[in-house]
Amino acid sequence: MSAYHRLADIQADLAAGKTTCVALAEGYLSRIKARPELNAFLEVFEEELLQQAAAQDARRAEGQPLGRLHGLIIGLKDNIAYQGHRFSASSKILEGFESLFSATVTERLLAEDALIIGRLNCDEFAMGSSNENSAYGPVRHPLDTERVPGGSSGGSAAAVAANLCHAALGTDTGGSIRQPASLCGIYGLKPTYGRISRHGLIAYGSSFDQAGPMTRSLEDCALLLEVMAGPDQFDATAARKPVPAYSDYQPASGTMRFAVYEEVLQGGLEPELEAAFKAKIEALKEAGHTVDFVKFPYLDLLVPVYYLLATAEASSNLSRYTGVLYGKRSPEATDLRTTYTLSRSQGFGEEVKRRIMLGTFVLSEGYYDAFYGKAQKVRRVVRDETRKLLESHDAILSPTSPVAAFKLGEKSNDPIQLYLADIFTVQANIVGMPAITVPFANNSAGLPYGLQLMCGPWQEEKLFSLTAAIE
Amino acid sequence: MQIDKETVRKLAHLARLEFDENSAETMVNDMNRMLDFVAKLDAIDVSQVEPLIYMNEDVNVWRKDEVINTITHEEALKNAPKKDTDFFRVPKVIEK
Repeated sequence: MSAYHRLADIQADLAAGKTTCVALAEGYLSRIKARPELNAFLEVFEEELLQQAAAQDARRAEGQPLGRLHGLIIGLKDNIAYQGHRFSASSKILEGFESLFSATVTERLLAEDALIIGRLNCDEFAMGSSNENSAYGPVRHPLDTERVPGGSSGGSAAAVAANLCHAALGTDTGGSIRQPASLCGIYGLKPTYGRISRHGLIAYGSSFDQAGPMTRSLEDCALLLEVMAGPDQFDATAARKPVPAYSDYQPASGTMRFAVYEEVLQGGLEPELEAAFKAKIEALKEAGHTVDFVKFPYLDLLVPVYYLLATAEASSNLSRYTGVLYGKRSPEATDLRTTYTLSRSQGFGEEVKRRIMLGTFVLSEGYYDAFYGKAQKVRRVVRDETRKLLESHDAILSPTSPVAAFKLGEKSNDPIQLYLADIFTVQANIVGMPAITVPFANNSAGLPYGLQLMCGPWQEEKLFSLTAAIE
Repeated sequence: MQIDKETVRKLAHLARLEFDENSAETMVNDMNRMLDFVAKLDAIDVSQVEPLIYMNEDVNVWRKDEVINTITHEEALKNAPKKDTDFFRVPKVIEK
């Protein structure tokens, strides 16, 4: 079976009788079994998938109407709820936990006949950029198993790249969809804050988190966004704005104006990436587009602002894990205090504890204004300046990650080195704007590089049109 | 600002976490490195800027206050680490 890139091709073959959902499902399941070393899935819903695939094949045979995502075999990052299924955020503290309800995004996929194949590994509570922070072991890069797939949606990216499922959902708090998508050579979208409901996502940084699609084509990315976007009675931060027909996008015509930060080309990229990015810029200019090199004096501040605010939100969000109502309770707990402290200390991994501690510090009496309050003010400056820049430019262009996939262990002993992997992605989360990564080059070892385009708020349509025009 | 072991001990208490001697030492180092890293914010004067707190643009999003039974008693207890027929069980909180 050839590897499909577009759902439309799968659906055409289904309609023509060239394949069936069961055959598709068996293909993905056998490829998952052939690549256990990737550790991309925490759980595969094998029997359930085969039953649902057979049911869908039967409905097609009877001529019944099928949803827009029929034939789509999709995986969910393990921080997106699916009713009646285990749910862990790759953390020991949620060992054995089973979700009582489905996330709104999960409901919307199912309502359009998507078939869910399993739970995908990720960094614990979505905290990480290499997928080395999972309590269930690291995910490995499909093209080189000595390397990381990126994170935190590393299982999602690796699974889609290795064709273990056709698409996946990820979540993106500081780059957790786009950075692994870039490292694995697939498409990944972080929508505008509020475009997609967060109901049923395990919260990390609530003013940053967005779910989004990770796909093998731009078309599928747009279609999945269209299906998932829109208001939700369970999430007041999900915007009331109407959902455009994203999947109807056309490649933008005419010439466009892109902004590139000067600093990006001042030694921050690995040499092969710098060459590829410069070549891309030249190609855009030759096609008649304008590329302006602009100064963005806040670039250095982005990752610090992100870590101050996201860890503060995390320390608050993760206070719910106490070993009392659900999740793991320490067997050594003898009173209420040790129920909390031992359950949490034994249940959380190192990086999660580090972030809870930093977040607790920046919110604590005497330091709140100097750290948390200040970061919120810088957040406004960064948002306003980004808006200004996007008034005069169609999009901000950068590599998605400053490096290709790196080796396991290469950065894991230095948290700050790892945090800097997010340097180009965090801005979209800080300002709440949409950004996409598209594969655009490979290095000499064949590892992919992603190109990131970021547009103004609610401009996902434009993002798809621009991407289609320049990729 | 320098974090020392005493600060880590206080913060750990606030966060309901515990660290042994070794990991407390590591945490002191890690937190100090992170504070050095975020000290880049000292370079910008934002004394006249209002903090950005809410990212959503909609204000006062209303919906009908309808009573919906979203989960049953049994479901609510389903994931409890310890329970009896009706209640979550925790170790004794108040000594007699």
